[in-house]
Amino acid sequence: MTTATAPIRRAGSRRAYRADRVATAVLWALGAFVMLLLTAIILHFVIASIGVVSPSFLFSDPSRTSLGGIGPLLWNSIYMLVLTMLISIPVGLLAGIYMAEYSRDGFVTATIRFAEEAISSVPSIVVGLFGLIAFVDLTHWGFTALGGALALTMFNLPLMARLTEQALRAVPPDERAASLALGATRWQTIRHVVVPLGVPGIVTGFILTAGRIFGEAAALIYTAGLATPSHYDFFNLNITDPRSPWSPFRPAATLSVYIWNTNGEGLGAFVTQVLNGSAAILIAMVLIFNVGARVLGRQLTRRLTAA
Amino acid sequence: MTEDHDLTSVALEPAPVRVAVPVTPETPPAPAVEAKMAVADLVVTYGQRRAVRDVDLAVPPRSILALIGPSGSGKSTVLRCFNRMNDLVPGARVEGRVSLDGEPIDGPDVDVVELRRRVGMVFQKPNPFPMTIYENVAYGPRRRGIKDRAKLDELVERSLTRAALWGEVKEDVRRKSGLALSGGQQQRLCIARVLATDPEVILMDEPASALDPISTLRIEELMRELRTAYSIIIVTHNMQQAARVSDTTAFFTMGEDRAGYLVELGPTNQIFTSPKEQLTEDYISGRFG
Repeated sequence: MTTATAPIRRAGSRRAYRADRVATAVLWALGAFVMLLLTAIILHFVIASIGVVSPSFLFSDPSRTSLGGIGPLLWNSIYMLVLTMLISIPVGLLAGIYMAEYSRDGFVTATIRFAEEAISSVPSIVVGLFGLIAFVDLTHWGFTALGGALALTMFNLPLMARLTEQALRAVPPDERAASLALGATRWQTIRHVVVPLGVPGIVTGFILTAGRIFGEAAALIYTAGLATPSHYDFFNLNITDPRSPWSPFRPAATLSVYIWNTNGEGLGAFVTQVLNGSAAILIAMVLIFNVGARVLGRQLTRRLTAA
Repeated sequence: MTEDHDLTSVALEPAPVRVAVPVTPETPPAPAVEAKMAVADLVVTYGQRRAVRDVDLAVPPRSILALIGPSGSGKSTVLRCFNRMNDLVPGARVEGRVSLDGEPIDGPDVDVVELRRRVGMVFQKPNPFPMTIYENVAYGPRRRGIKDRAKLDELVERSLTRAALWGEVKEDVRRKSGLALSGGQQQRLCIARVLATDPEVILMDEPASALDPISTLRIEELMRELRTAYSIIIVTHNMQQAARVSDTTAFFTMGEDRAGYLVELGPTNQIFTSPKEQLTEDYISGRFG
């Protein structure tokens, strides 16, 4: 028989077990705390916005009701998101593909990577001031949606490129080797194996950058402006007309900018209600977008890997 | 660059490479056969380190060549020269001559994509794409531009049948992911995927080392069947496997300089019963390695 060993029955006081339980409890508590925080924020604004959020609040103009609607601002937030993404997704994707698949490690790529990380961490108010010089004054555009979108692109593009690169680098080398060994070209391998497998990571990048667009105020104050239009005529499809809501060459205050502005300068009996309602809508939009992008990403992966 | 010029000048004299069949008292001299693939004076360096040196090797057509030897003896490195997978390793340099049907395949003007179609590869770890079984097999043909539905269907069925997998998966080739198969099935799927590109040579890098004994036997049976139509080069750690499946065996070891080199090449039964080199005998009798 065996010589004396520790009893096989687990003794509750063993140090290793105690440490294990403590670690589990601490991690669980931290996770719960984060969940609680998120729930608290959402609940606060949901409750505060009861009686404020209604179809008329969502879709009407600020001056229409005594409360004031947020229709144009909601529209601008979505418009800015689409405009920024139109610029930063294709360029960011291609830059990320280049960095992950084609570039050789060296001084140039190290510099690009450093610049990507540095730019995306520059305070957004600084980006806004740069945008004021570059996209407002130098171009003589004045405050425009396009100027705002370009300012947002300045810190979204590097982030998008960096996250795409990381997503593609995380694709197992085995998959690349398998494709190349079957006589696929490098581009075919990227197009049919690497990018489809990187889609979940790319979608994460997409969501992170989109979240910043929804939430960003500082970079837009000096570029897209504070002007809250009194009314949008959606049948005006002339995109060169600054009065058309479809035009990129018009001032476009977003919901975040509106919240910031109203909080500072808003007058009237319903300021708090408007703020609460706007904040609730902003959170809802971020959540809807988040879930929507994930669902879309999953379907995209399925389509890309099956065809 | 200078090597490249040397290589192209070699191409101008199409001297057919002959397989050296060792003449021993037991085996009567076999007639020389033209080699399907061959390497000569092969040296592979990774950065500063020389991984393989002085390899001369010919692969007879429609037979199985096993590369055996201890870890670090350069078997896989040599294998990857046959389809230029070393091109993908940063800092790797291949010197010497490598040829397919007597044609050099190591120059810069070689169509590597076409080479890899003709010389397929099965990896150590089964690596199906995360796609359906059908799409895994159709991957190669699709990349070559085959779009015709009926043709692809036929190709997929034929390849899976040849890889002895069709019977097990025919119900859900279009629904089931390649990753949902067992390890052994995944490896046969990878073989089917290679067969679908209509190769002439199949390289296998320890194809059964991640599989259970029964799956291993199935892969070995499959190799024996495929041998009638393809040249197969297999790297294996498993000497019994080499003895069971291969026709020719090449024994590699690592030299004092830590570079791998070819010790002995010969018919498998001769290598395993009466090796000519002491090193080979020590290895196969389990005295080292």
